[in-house]
Amino acid sequence: MKIAYTDVLIIGGGLAGLRCATGVKERGQDVVLLTLVPPKRSHSAAAQGGMQASLGNCVKGEGDNEDVHFGDTIRGSDWGADQEVARMFVNTAPKAIRELAAWGVPWTRVRKGDHQAIINAKKVTLTEKDEAHGLITARDFGGTKKWRTCYTSDGTGHSMLYAMDNKAHEDEIKVHERMEAISLIHEDGRCYGAIARNLMTGELVAYIAKATTIATGGYGRIYEVSTNAVICQGMGQAIALETGIATLGNMEAIQFHPTAIVPVGILTTEGCRGDGGLLTDKDGYRFMPDYEPEKKELASRDVVSRRMVEHMRKGKGVKSRYGDHLWLDIRNLGRKHIEKNLREVKEICESFLGIDPAEKPIPVRPTQHYSMGGIRTNYKGESQTLKGLYSCGEAACWDLHGFNRLGGNSVAETVVAGMLVAEYISDFCETKESEIDISTKLVQEFADKQQAKLEYLLEPKENAESPYPLRHAMEKIMMNKVGIFRNGDDLTDAVNELEQLLIRSKNIEVKHKTLTANPELFNAYRVQRMLKLALCTAKGALQRKESRGAHAREDYPERNDKEFLNRTITSWPDENQTMPTLDYEAIEIESMELPPGFRGYGKDMTITHPDSKIRQEKVDEIRKELESKGANRFEIQEVLMEYKSKLPECYRGKNERLWEKF
Amino acid sequence: MNNESARTLKISILRYNPQVPEDKPSVETYELEEADGMTLFIALNDIREKYDESLKFDFVCRAGICGSCSMLVNGKPTLACRTLTTKLDEEISLAPLPMFELIGDLSVFTGKWMRGLNERLETWIHSEEKKMKIDSDRLEERMEPDLADDIYETDRCVECGCCVAGCGTILMRENFVGAVGLNKVARYKIDPRDKRSDADYYDLIGDEDGVFGCMSLMGCEDVCPKDLPLQSKIAYMRRKMVMMKDDK
Repeated sequence: MKIAYTDVLIIGGGLAGLRCATGVKERGQDVVLLTLVPPKRSHSAAAQGGMQASLGNCVKGEGDNEDVHFGDTIRGSDWGADQEVARMFVNTAPKAIRELAAWGVPWTRVRKGDHQAIINAKKVTLTEKDEAHGLITARDFGGTKKWRTCYTSDGTGHSMLYAMDNKAHEDEIKVHERMEAISLIHEDGRCYGAIARNLMTGELVAYIAKATTIATGGYGRIYEVSTNAVICQGMGQAIALETGIATLGNMEAIQFHPTAIVPVGILTTEGCRGDGGLLTDKDGYRFMPDYEPEKKELASRDVVSRRMVEHMRKGKGVKSRYGDHLWLDIRNLGRKHIEKNLREVKEICESFLGIDPAEKPIPVRPTQHYSMGGIRTNYKGESQTLKGLYSCGEAACWDLHGFNRLGGNSVAETVVAGMLVAEYISDFCETKESEIDISTKLVQEFADKQQAKLEYLLEPKENAESPYPLRHAMEKIMMNKVGIFRNGDDLTDAVNELEQLLIRSKNIEVKHKTLTANPELFNAYRVQRMLKLALCTAKGALQRKESRGAHAREDYPERNDKEFLNRTITSWPDENQTMPTLDYEAIEIESMELPPGFRGYGKDMTITHPDSKIRQEKVDEIRKELESKGANRFEIQEVLMEYKSKLPECYRGKNERLWEKF
Repeated sequence: MNNESARTLKISILRYNPQVPEDKPSVETYELEEADGMTLFIALNDIREKYDESLKFDFVCRAGICGSCSMLVNGKPTLACRTLTTKLDEEISLAPLPMFELIGDLSVFTGKWMRGLNERLETWIHSEEKKMKIDSDRLEERMEPDLADDIYETDRCVECGCCVAGCGTILMRENFVGAVGLNKVARYKIDPRDKRSDADYYDLIGDEDGVFGCMSLMGCEDVCPKDLPLQSKIAYMRRKMVMMKDDK
């Protein structure tokens, strides 16, 4: 068989994978990137709305900085995020956006003088300062105190991905397209690369690397309706899980985006609401102010999605043959604004609904959108249990987002994590420890095992199963029983039913007996793996008897810091298991910069942890004392929670702003 | 949507698997009951599920954003995912996008072609400063808001390959860069961050495989799913390059 050797193997060609690849290349590492599709077709391209970075250039962003971005991110996560990781992230995001600007992203810029905006359904005039003219501007997004989401019209992900892939071309990154990693090669707790399958010829190739990075995005396609691209099937998480050693974190943390179009589930960006669009019901009534008087349509995504479902349950949804929905009304923004800043939304409405959103409201409902969970890593992006395996972007549980991600923090995470993880990987590759010593015999064994599995799928079987019915059954279970609102009975059913599907999936027979390009074959092995991820998600949700962020239990409506301020850690130690193994990792309060508190939505139902109060008092005390001594925000932050020593040296600098120079 | 009783679509697909030596191209016709809001993405997945699980096609975003699913729909290159069947007759013919390497059935390797193009035209920002480490702690370089918008306009290309499939010139000149290539050069030309001179661009496209090869048939603009102003971009580059030619 073909064996390829490289220093760093990257699986996945979206923003995270590409940025990681250019980063390690710059540090002198040899790198190969495997991708299912040409990188420019990755799901990153679909991110419409923008990227959060606290530049503070536009007038509504003034006063923004890392501290504000940090606070928003932690509250948004419902205190599930790793606060050190969040600090590293907010400090690097402005650098990431500036770097991308230099690499060609045509970020929308501040235009000095007056412009009209719509805030809380009212037209207001904003005046941009002369000094800010030509710097990168930002729009409003949910759950943020400042206008912080930088954008290019509503094609932000597209522009970022194109600039990033063009940079990868410039850097002569070796990209192997239509190659699917189907198994990780590992021995004695050390990952050595992957077995990949050429989707055009069916050939298996072994890639041997000192460091292997999974950047394959989310697993949204385990749900029947998802905004995700059809390739977001979680195969990166699945092959990590199948090592039996690497672990997955918080798989039950699934985000539902409030505004995907009905029925097909294609996203309309949060920018619609950020720019002033409204949510209305069957009577044309704007209902969000009744539920969330302060943030209204711009509450955090998980909150808006739940409020929409609550409102539909009161009979206020618009009936359709595809079930109830609500309206996203952006007519108040005016045609000019829609055609310039929300053009993709307009195209989507025209192509898939046959409506002009400047004339008619858009039928929407909350739809699966983002996987906060993924391959559990430490702050370096390395698996906590499998040495040499790294992960970044949506594929990972790094853990920046905890139980709810803020809009605009996903593309920001992809690039920032790519930058940082590339440095840690390069550091690792420069050590003696990274040197590898595996026999071709071991490599061959891994390849043979995969070959045998593929051949077995083709073998005639009694009571043979077909991949499609199994997949549809799984998708429906996830939609109906592991959705926005969850409860013990449904989740118990879901877990049992999914287990049965997993057992049945072992009996899949592929009817077209070819190992070359054969969609039936890849559907077969992918559905087996997706079922494992679905089980991790459902089981994690069943056992998490509380409501935190996007995980909302009707039978346990409180956020329970006493028992569940932790991460769910899932593994699959024995391949014959039909159920994942669950474990928990505590989130320590005593080291938090921002101790657990009330998020500010609805009623405070938190079951508090006694340490929260102790830590809060300590934080207040430190802050007061240092402030009295005239300490600046950086000095105070450093005492509260030192993190800079963890950042790669090249990214430790302070971020200059128009109003904050160093 | 339509209120009449559902139509039965007859979808004819050009099938061929070049991986199988004995396979010969053939047209297979599948009958499918039309559903409300059905797109070719939905129809093709239905066909794969109901009739032939080995049917090959490429969808990724299925939202008209990623450019993966271009194919000939009734002979015209377009994005299949956002083509509503209601806009088509009952008899629909589908064929793979020409000019690109065929993987099988409706799946073509546009990625490989585009990679070659991007490498050839060096579609990235060329600047000396960029080669050194960018000081990303400092304020970003300013850009006129209108200029940023103009760059984004040309940056909207999704490399779907429709313009290449709809191009008359490329049938005669297989190395022609196509509208996709000329639009990309125009994109970098207006971008002040790219320090290449007109002479540099001339070296890339100042010949018959470049801007002087275009016969102005404008099939490209007719089929561009993103409605890019390809005609004016090609004209713009031609004007600039003619000036260079005169200088040389």
